[in-house]
Amino acid sequence: MQEHNISKGNFEQCLKCNICTQVCPMFEVNPHYPGPKQAGPDGERYRLKDPSFFDLTLKYCLNCKSCEVACPSGVKVGDIIQIARLKYGRQSNPLRDRMLASTDLVGTVASVLAPVANPILAFGPAKRVMDIFGVDHRRTFPKYSGEKFEQWFKKNAAPAQSRFKEHVAYFHGCYVNYNYPQLGKDFVKVMNACGYGVSLLEKERCCGVALISNGFGKQAAVQAAQNVDSIRKAGAPVLTTSSTCTFTIRDEYRNVLGLDCADMASTVELAVKWIYEKIASGKVNLRFRPDFHLKVVYHTACHMQKLGWALFSQELLKMIPGVELVVPEQHCCGIAGTFGFKKENYGYSQAIGQPLFDSLLAAGADAVATDCETCKWQIESGTGIPVLNPISILAMALLTD
Amino acid sequence: MAESSSFDVIIIGGGITGVGTARDCALRGLKVLLLEKADLTNGASGRNHGLLHSGARYAVTDMESAAECIRENRIIRQIASNCVEQTEGLFITLPQDDLQYQALFVERCREAGIDAREIDPAMARAMEPSVNPSLIGAVKVPDASVDPFRLASANALDAANHGAQIRTYCEVLSLLKDSGAVVGVRYFDRKKKETLCAYAPVTVNAAGIWGQTIAAMAGCEIKMLPAKGSLLVFGHRVNKMVINRCRKPSNADILVPGDVVCVIGTTSDKVGLDECDNIKVTPAEVELLLREGCSLAPELENTRILRAYAGVRPLVASDDDPTGRSTSRGIVLLDHETRDGVPGFISITGGKLTSYRLMAEQTANLVCRKLGVNRKCLTATEPLPGSEKHSNPDRELSIAFKAAEGRHGSLTGKMDFSQKSEVLCECEHVTRAEIAYAVKTLGVRNMIDLRRRTRVGMGTCQGSFCIKKVAEALACELGCPEMEQEFIREYVQERWKGMTPVCWGDSLREAEYMRKQIGRNINDEI
Ligand SMILES: Cc1cc2nc3c(=O)[nH]c(=O)nc-3n(C[C@H](O)[C@H](O)[C@H](O)COP(=O)(O)OP(=O)(O)OC[C@H]3O[C@@H](n4cnc5c(N)ncnc54)[C@H](O)[C@@H]3O)c2cc1C
Ligand code: SF4
Ligand code: SF4
Repeated sequence: MQEHNISKGNFEQCLKCNICTQVCPMFEVNPHYPGPKQAGPDGERYRLKDPSFFDLTLKYCLNCKSCEVACPSGVKVGDIIQIARLKYGRQSNPLRDRMLASTDLVGTVASVLAPVANPILAFGPAKRVMDIFGVDHRRTFPKYSGEKFEQWFKKNAAPAQSRFKEHVAYFHGCYVNYNYPQLGKDFVKVMNACGYGVSLLEKERCCGVALISNGFGKQAAVQAAQNVDSIRKAGAPVLTTSSTCTFTIRDEYRNVLGLDCADMASTVELAVKWIYEKIASGKVNLRFRPDFHLKVVYHTACHMQKLGWALFSQELLKMIPGVELVVPEQHCCGIAGTFGFKKENYGYSQAIGQPLFDSLLAAGADAVATDCETCKWQIESGTGIPVLNPISILAMALLTD
Repeated sequence: MAESSSFDVIIIGGGITGVGTARDCALRGLKVLLLEKADLTNGASGRNHGLLHSGARYAVTDMESAAECIRENRIIRQIASNCVEQTEGLFITLPQDDLQYQALFVERCREAGIDAREIDPAMARAMEPSVNPSLIGAVKVPDASVDPFRLASANALDAANHGAQIRTYCEVLSLLKDSGAVVGVRYFDRKKKETLCAYAPVTVNAAGIWGQTIAAMAGCEIKMLPAKGSLLVFGHRVNKMVINRCRKPSNADILVPGDVVCVIGTTSDKVGLDECDNIKVTPAEVELLLREGCSLAPELENTRILRAYAGVRPLVASDDDPTGRSTSRGIVLLDHETRDGVPGFISITGGKLTSYRLMAEQTANLVCRKLGVNRKCLTATEPLPGSEKHSNPDRELSIAFKAAEGRHGSLTGKMDFSQKSEVLCECEHVTRAEIAYAVKTLGVRNMIDLRRRTRVGMGTCQGSFCIKKVAEALACELGCPEMEQEFIREYVQERWKGMTPVCWGDSLREAEYMRKQIGRNINDEI
C-alpha cells in the first residue's frame, strides 16, 4: 500500500527544494509574488483547508510553466496555480478581462471594422481611454486584418488542395485568422511544397488560453470541448503554427480544464516538428532558394520549452541553406498573452523581458524567430527587430517555380 | 533547598485537565501554581486525535459520556472559537457493516441530546467528496475538530492573566505532608536546575497517566490502565468533515481534519506504566491504520503520510472492581480525604479532551469547598483569549497573517507584522512575528514548544527547509544565540522519531533531503 502515492497535480511530491522559485520569471521581478512553491503546493494545502486562503497575488503567475520544467519531483506547479485561479479567483477588472480573453469574438468584430479599428487602436486619445479601461497605453494592439484567414483560404487556397493525395488539417488559431493571415498563407505554401494538401477543421474555436488565464474556466471548457470534437473528426494530423495554442490543446485541456482528451496529445502538433520529422526521415524533400540569406536569433517561447520542442524548430531552421542561427539562453519575454496588456502588469512584463531584449539585440540578427505570436508582439516592441515564425522563414526560403 | 512560597492551590500536570483547572481556579480568584515537568501538553493532551466529540461515538455504549460530550461540545465551540473548526462529522456504514446498527445509533444519539440526522449516501458523497463512495448509510453529527495545543495554551494564558503561575519544566518530586495531610510539593526546576518547595492547603493531581505515581507519593493508590493509541498524519486535508465508522467503536475508525492535515486513528493496546515515557508506533499499527483509513476515505492511499505518533490514554481501574481490570468510565475525581483519609489532596483523571472544562469545573468546585470559598464557575461562558469576536477591516491580508489568525484568533493583532513579517516556515506560513509573540507571551523555551504553539515545521518538509532560519530566530528572540545548534539537533531528533515508522515513498525522499539539508547546518552526524 502507498508505494506510489501520487496525489492530484503531484503536489504532495514537493520536497520544498525551491528550485522552481529560482527559475520563476515573475518571482525575480515582483516582490509581491510568492513564487511557484508558495503559490502552488504550499498554498494548496491551505486552500484545501479554507478557500479564503486563496492569495490574490496568484494573478501574477504568467502560466509560463518554467517551474514545472524545472521541478525535479514532477510537481505540476503551474497547473496547481491555474486550477486554483479558476476555482477561487475573481477578475480584478471583469469587463476588460472579458474583452481581452474573448479573442475570437473581438477578432470577428474588429476584422469587419479593421479599416476603422486599426487607426482607432493606434490613435493617441483612444489609447488614453484604453488606459482608463485597464489596458496599458504603451501597448500597441496587433493590427486586425480586413480579410480573415478563413475567408482567404476558402476563396484562394481551398480549391487547389484537392490535387494532393495526402492531407493535413490546420488549426490556425485566432492570431492567424484575425491579425496575421500571412502566417497561415505561408503554412499552406510550405505544406503544399511538402506535397500535402491543407484543410481546415469543421469548426475551430479559440483554443481558450486567454480565457483560462483570465479566469473564465467555464467558457474555456465549452470551447475546448468543441475543438476536441472537431479535432477528432479531422481524420488527419492536425498541425499548428502557435506553440501556445498547441500547448493549451495538448496539456491544459486535460490537466487544467479536466477534459477527457488524452488522445489529443498524439494528433495535434506543431508544423515545425511534423515537417522536421518528415524531412529527417526522408519522406519530404524541399528545394530552397540558392540566394537566401538570413541571420536569425531563435527565441524559445516558454510553452515551447514546456512542450520540449524548441529543438525541432531550431533544427528545421538550420536545414535551410543560408540561415545563420543563434540560440541564446532561454528567457521569458514577459508578455504572457493578455497579461502584459493589463495596465497593472506592464512594468513587470517589461522588467521580465528586458534581459531577453538585451540578449536578442546583442545577437545582431536580421530577424528573431519564435513559435509564439504573443512573444512576437513583445519582442518587436521591446527590440524593434522583426519577429518571424519559423514557418514564414521556411516559406521565404522555398524555391518556387 | 532554596526559596519557597505559598498558594491556595497547587496543580500538578500541564495537560489540558491541569491548565483547565488552573484557569477555572484563577477565574474564581484563587492563587494558583501549576507545575509541569516538561512543556504544556507533554502527555496525552499533546498526543491525541483532536476530535471535539459530539458524543455520538459513545451513544450506544456509554450514554452518560455521550450526553456529557454534547453539552461540552456546544460550550467549547463558543468559548474557544479559535481552537475549534466547525467541521461537523459523518458516521458512515459500509457494505460490510450492519445497517441496523445505524438505526440504533441514531435513536441513542437522540436520547443523549445529539442532533444526529440520517442522510442519503448520495448526499453524504456530495457533502464530503472524499468519503468511501460505496457507503450504504450515513448520519450527520455535530463533531468538530479541536487543536489541543492551542486550547491548552489559551487556558494557560488566561490563567496567567488572572494571576496564576504556570511553571513549565518543573517536575514534582514528592509531596509535603503534615500530620497526614498534603500541604505542598517539592519540585525540581529543570531550567534553573534547583529544587524548590511550594505550599498550599490543596494540591491537585492532574498528572494523567503519571497520576498513579503522584498519588503514591501521598500514600494513595490509583491503578492506571495505560492504553496506547497510535495515529498517522497525512500531508494535507483529504476530508472536510470528520469521518467515523458507524459500528461498535473499534480501531482506526475516525478520520479527523485538523488544520491543514488530516489524522487517522487510533489503535488501542495495553502498555506498561514504565513504557509511557517512550512509546513507539509499530509497523503493524501503521498498516492497520492505513488499511482502515482507506476504507473511510480511499484517497488516503495516494496521500503522503507525514508522520506517525502515539499517546497513552489515562484510563483508571474502577474502584468498584476488586480485580482492577475494568476501567472506570468518564471523569474520575477522587477526594483523597474521604477516599483515603489524606486531606488536602485531590486527583482528577479519566475523561477526555472534550470534557476537560467540565473536569476542571468539578475539580475547582471541590477545591473551593475545601477552601471554604464560595465562587461560581465562569468557564462555561467566558471566552478564552483569542476567541473573542473580532473583525479585520483589511481584506487584503497576507496569507501568513491569515494563517496566524487561524492559530491565535484575535491575539494575532499583538504580533509585530510591520517589522517581522518575514515568513520563516513556508509550509505553515509562520513569520518571525509569530515566533517572537510565542516566545514573549506563550512561554516558548525550545523548538518543540514552538512547534506546538505555531505549527513551525509541522508541514510537508517537516522542517528540512526552515529549521535553520527558525532555530536562529528562536535563539535570537530568547536572547541566547548560542542555543541555535542545540535547537536544531533537538528538533531533528523529535521529527525523525515521527518519520521513521512511515519512511517510504515521498516521506523517504523528504527524510533523505532533510538529512542532507540539516547535515549542512549542524556539524555532527544525526
Ligand atoms: C491516542 C489518543 C487519542 C485521543 N483522542 C481524543 C479525542 O479525539 N478527543 C478527546 O476528547 N479526547 C481524546 N483523547 C483523550 C485525551 O487526550 C485525554 O483524556 C486528555 O488529554 C488527558 O489530559 P490530562 O491533562 O488529564 O493528561 P495529560 O495530558 O497526560 O497531562 C498530564 C501532564 O502531567 C505531567 N506530569 C506528569 N508527571 C509530572 C510530575 N511529576 N510533575 C509535573 N508534571 C507531571 C505530564 O508531563 C503531562 O503533561 C485521546 C487520547 C489518546 C491517548
Ligand atoms: S515544486 Fe518541485 S521544484 Fe518547487 S519546491 Fe517543490 S519539489 Fe522543489
Ligand atoms: S508558471 Fe511561470 S510565472 Fe507561474 S509560477 Fe511557474 S514559473 Fe512562475
